[in-house]
Amino acid sequence: MPEAPVGPPSVWHRIWDSDIFYSFRSSKITMVAAFLTALIFLLAIFAPLVAPHSPYDVATVDLMDAELPPAWEAEGDPRFLLGTDNLGRDLWSTILFGTRISLAVGFLSVIFGLVVGVSLGLVSGYVGGYVDSFIMRVAEIQLSIPGILIALLLAGTLRGVLSAEAYNDAIVYVLVLTIGTSIWPQFARTVRGSTLVERNKEYVLAARVIGLSRFSIMWRHVLPNVMGPVLVIATINLAIAILSEATLSFLGVGVPPTEPSLGTLINEGQNYLFSGLWWITIFPGMVLAVLVLAVNLLGDWLRDALNPKLR
Amino acid sequence: MIAFLVRRLLQAIAVMAVVALCAFFMFQFVGDPVNQMVGEDATKADREYLRESLGLNDPIPVQFGKFALKAAQGDFGVSYQHKRAVSTLIVERMPATLELAVTAAILAALLGVPAGVYTGLRRFGFTSKLIMTLSLIGISLPTFLIGILLIYLFAVILGWLPSFGRGEIVKIGAWETNFLSVSGLKSIILPAITLALFQMTFIMRLIRSEMLEVLRADFIKFARARGLPNRAVHYGHALKNTLVPVITIIGLQLGSLIAFAIITETVFQWPGMGQLFLQAVQVVDIPIMSAYLILIAFFFVVINLIVDMLYYVVDPRLRVDQPSGGGGHG
Repeated sequence: MPEAPVGPPSVWHRIWDSDIFYSFRSSKITMVAAFLTALIFLLAIFAPLVAPHSPYDVATVDLMDAELPPAWEAEGDPRFLLGTDNLGRDLWSTILFGTRISLAVGFLSVIFGLVVGVSLGLVSGYVGGYVDSFIMRVAEIQLSIPGILIALLLAGTLRGVLSAEAYNDAIVYVLVLTIGTSIWPQFARTVRGSTLVERNKEYVLAARVIGLSRFSIMWRHVLPNVMGPVLVIATINLAIAILSEATLSFLGVGVPPTEPSLGTLINEGQNYLFSGLWWITIFPGMVLAVLVLAVNLLGDWLRDALNPKLR
Repeated sequence: MIAFLVRRLLQAIAVMAVVALCAFFMFQFVGDPVNQMVGEDATKADREYLRESLGLNDPIPVQFGKFALKAAQGDFGVSYQHKRAVSTLIVERMPATLELAVTAAILAALLGVPAGVYTGLRRFGFTSKLIMTLSLIGISLPTFLIGILLIYLFAVILGWLPSFGRGEIVKIGAWETNFLSVSGLKSIILPAITLALFQMTFIMRLIRSEMLEVLRADFIKFARARGLPNRAVHYGHALKNTLVPVITIIGLQLGSLIAFAIITETVFQWPGMGQLFLQAVQVVDIPIMSAYLILIAFFFVVINLIVDMLYYVVDPRLRVDQPSGGGGHG
């Protein structure tokens, strides 16, 4: 770092100097995981530029090309690196675009769950009393039921409320809502715990003495001090959210086959497994497994790096 | 002890009431039950008659009361899709799910506990590291993908095991079992492994971390100082002390076994409750969905209650701060 920081050191400076970055540099597995995650993210974000074909453009898809094996097999076609699916779509392109949907749903779900969970946890810890016991009871009940069940029930209910067309149009939002709802309690519980500690500290008392409203104390003073652990939970839940999306799509209540996500692709491919068309299932499955494993490893590392007990 | 029990019981009842309310609102606001039950050509009078006879014109609190009363007796109405009583459908499907879940749970415990003890004791051994790495992959692979990979390997490539269904079923009274025919036994292998894998890695990692913690404790050092053989220290002292949290958490994990059974049953076309529920979600068959919701919630409430009581019985520290608590228990 060339420039000497005047006053408080810059954010980048602090990151470079921090124990966390040190522990990142000293763990090979974490670096590989970070590289894989970044690679998959970048490929997904720039899918329209990277993908040789557009799976959504019906004009470029030819049914004559359907069910071709990967390029290195005897019957493969060099135009289609990983082969084609049952409709003649290039599998590599479809996987790139599918990863995009999976990641988008994953990120948005985590953000939704984070916003809801952190707000409720903050209110619960700061206000206390009946509000607190009510919110925490709900969170407890929900935590004891597996998230995927809750997501399935919500998805089913929304299917009944919306028409089939509206459901498919709004599917990303439906998934974000259902998956986000299934993960909020973890955020709420953690934030409530740290809020209970922070609310009795002197800076909060000082803010109350000068007459700030409850809302601005919570939002501007307590919130920044309870966000640390939230990052860890968010990372771990990103992996869970990606898995949930894949599972819901696999079970046929998620993204429709016209714009497939990884889970939808795996589900489609499963029907062709017995005809020997293994690539339609196996390749998206591998991408999903690598993605989830890498994000999980990052989450594990972050948890250990931020945990003062393990230093 | 009694006060504690009563408080827990009241909480459990409150939870069930809330869940029943959710289920009831699903009935009320998702689709029109009358439209689901009559054909396209039903006259308006027919519809009105059905609406009246179903009690759909009653005030909402009255309807909820009736609904809760019926649900408590196990009557969840008639499935829109199957046109049969939901309770009958669930009872028919229950043996398949229970056999699968129990087989998976036993498999997970039989393999997970020894693996956890081993990796906990030989922390830096090569085999331990291998097992730990494999378990990380096991956690990251989604259940359905594991199922598909197993099918591809053992059913498609090797052709050793069937890939779907329950095989030949033997009836014992009302219970249909897999365990008494060769094809039934063969059929349950792949689904049971699929369902058990996540639980197994979970149990293993839990036991390992608990073992690591306990092995650092003073009473272990003392036991070693007394010259006890390793076997006695490891199994008599260390493992025994890890079991309390492990048993409770495994109890709570029974729930996720049911959740993952939905996925496993779908992959292997296993005719159990999970498959029934998933098909209901796909066609919005509200009676089955709400019955499943209530059933699952009931299951979880009961498990939680038992786990709470187990804690109370097993951990004497919980009893100290309650002077009225039963000193003579445990």
